[in-house]
Amino acid sequence: MTLELDDIQHFLLTRPRALAARYGFLSFRRPDQGRAWLSGIIDRVGRGRALDSGGPLDSRWVTVAFTFNGLRALGVDDTCLSTFPEEFRQGMAARAAIIGDTGHNHPDHWVGGLTSPDLHAIVILFARDVPERERCVQEHQQYAAQFPGVEALSTLDLEATPPFEYAHDHFGYRDRMSQPEIEGMGVEPTPGSGTPLKPGEFFFGYPDENGDTGPLPQPEILSRNGSFLAYRRMEEHVGAFRDFLRANGATKDEQELVAAKLMGRWRSGAPLVLAPTKDDPELAADPQRNNDFDYAKMDPHGYAVPLGSHIRRMNPRDTAVNMNRRRIIRRGGTYGPALPEGAPEDGAERGLAAFVGCASLIRQFEFAQNVWANDPRFHELGNERDPFIGTHDGSYDMTIPKRPIKKKITGLPSFTTVKGGAYFFLPGIRALRFLADGARAGASKP
Amino acid sequence: MSNASKSKNWTSPAALAIPKEGYFTVEQGRYGPTYPRTPACHGFTIIAKIKPGTEGDIRAYGKRIEDTIAASPHALAPLQLHYLRWVLFDIGQDTYFMYQGIFDTDFDKYTEDAIQLFKATGVDTVFEKLEGFPMDWKTNAPAFIKFVREHQRPSFLEYGEYPYVSAAEIKKALALKDAFSTMLDQMQ
Repeated sequence: MTLELDDIQHFLLTRPRALAARYGFLSFRRPDQGRAWLSGIIDRVGRGRALDSGGPLDSRWVTVAFTFNGLRALGVDDTCLSTFPEEFRQGMAARAAIIGDTGHNHPDHWVGGLTSPDLHAIVILFARDVPERERCVQEHQQYAAQFPGVEALSTLDLEATPPFEYAHDHFGYRDRMSQPEIEGMGVEPTPGSGTPLKPGEFFFGYPDENGDTGPLPQPEILSRNGSFLAYRRMEEHVGAFRDFLRANGATKDEQELVAAKLMGRWRSGAPLVLAPTKDDPELAADPQRNNDFDYAKMDPHGYAVPLGSHIRRMNPRDTAVNMNRRRIIRRGGTYGPALPEGAPEDGAERGLAAFVGCASLIRQFEFAQNVWANDPRFHELGNERDPFIGTHDGSYDMTIPKRPIKKKITGLPSFTTVKGGAYFFLPGIRALRFLADGARAGASKP
Repeated sequence: MSNASKSKNWTSPAALAIPKEGYFTVEQGRYGPTYPRTPACHGFTIIAKIKPGTEGDIRAYGKRIEDTIAASPHALAPLQLHYLRWVLFDIGQDTYFMYQGIFDTDFDKYTEDAIQLFKATGVDTVFEKLEGFPMDWKTNAPAFIKFVREHQRPSFLEYGEYPYVSAAEIKKALALKDAFSTMLDQMQ
């Protein structure tokens, strides 16, 4: 089945090179103005086709998505709303206990108005660079000024930090090493990344890995070509992370190895399965090699990549079943200033603000959070959680398999804090028109 | 429970009385409350009335599972099982099916994997003979999960002679014993 690239928003399909972004979290105080705002912005929303054509690219890419309350505010009726999955209807904050957002990660501490029932939509702007973002933000503010009934609850600006040659987080780990490809996009996955996945794993209206296409949320014009997004704003405690490395490694090399063991890759991105004792930046930068490994055959006991390390949890590869039903597409970037190496913790908030794209929040995103990130007994570990995205209170451990005796780090500190999150529905372009027209069935034609 | 169970010692047999609802405090899983790990690990007991005249088919399916496992011993590995017990029994004129599984993780966590496995091994031929089972279960996971949860009868007592030990730990211990035996043989 051919993907409708002229209808699917570009957001999960491709990733133009962007060094800056702004997320705007909106509330439709007056639904009529919300619809009018949406109507005027649809033509700005990036489509898969435009990016697929190979033609000249714009230097900014706009994406629009809605919460459950946002769909209601725009006029989707209760009968249709009831056909959306329960977890989306409840929203991320209500699912906090399930996805592990407890203690300091609890929604009570979230910022930006993300737990408010008044959060209706997010407008995501990715831009080539900061000046382009600022230009676009101004342009949007001028546009939005016509609609005082559309209120920005909060905004978040994102900027890449140096080095700019590759994507990385504030801890210094190279990112975007392992992303699924979608069947029909014509992109060959890099070695080790598996076969392209059926589009139904990410977009409504297409067969998924089981060959099923439904049931679709109603009406179909709203759901077809749509996806769910799980948004996470996660502060990274860079000072605490560096303190931890220093406390657990006597030399710089030892500290780098500890950092690599927590992640499963060196900070350069080189995978420990292929470079178990020494970093290999050339390997890290080579997409034909840097993801080409498994665990069951190449590292069954975790001597290279600990069983509880981040990448072994988030993608257990050949050590989990039905992996193709659990894959997700990640988008996002870093916010906040970089903390220079050697500088003391300055208290500024810095972190990742990212989206998980999928067709089923409960089967894909929530599973990864509930089981892979936060189940202390995952892989028979007993008392461990994901060292980065698991919820920590200092009572969990990290086991590093090693001959003859394993190394166990007890009382792993918390390197991150969840500062916000929300579930959004990312509609196709026809669906945006349907919503702008008051969500009346038959109001919008393809 | 999960924190408490960390300190449990396998050398000390343990029993646990469980409240009627099946848990001590409500801990939300993705599809509903999760059930605690007990001295007898995790598990469920699903009891449902069978459709009249299907007893023979259900019994015959036992042989099919036996053959499946003989041909592919690890076919059920994703369920992290210790034991399965399938029982048919009568109450008055009706016949009931009991599916009791003892395994190592709360079933909420791997629900989708279980459904996938049921499809692969054809367990549907049994479940579809239970009254009230959603016939569209292959494409309607929530309905399948709802059926399982509605027919789950929590234990009110569970006991373990070697409590809180997982199947993986038992297999590791036996493998270690074998390895030591081999080593001692080699030393002769």
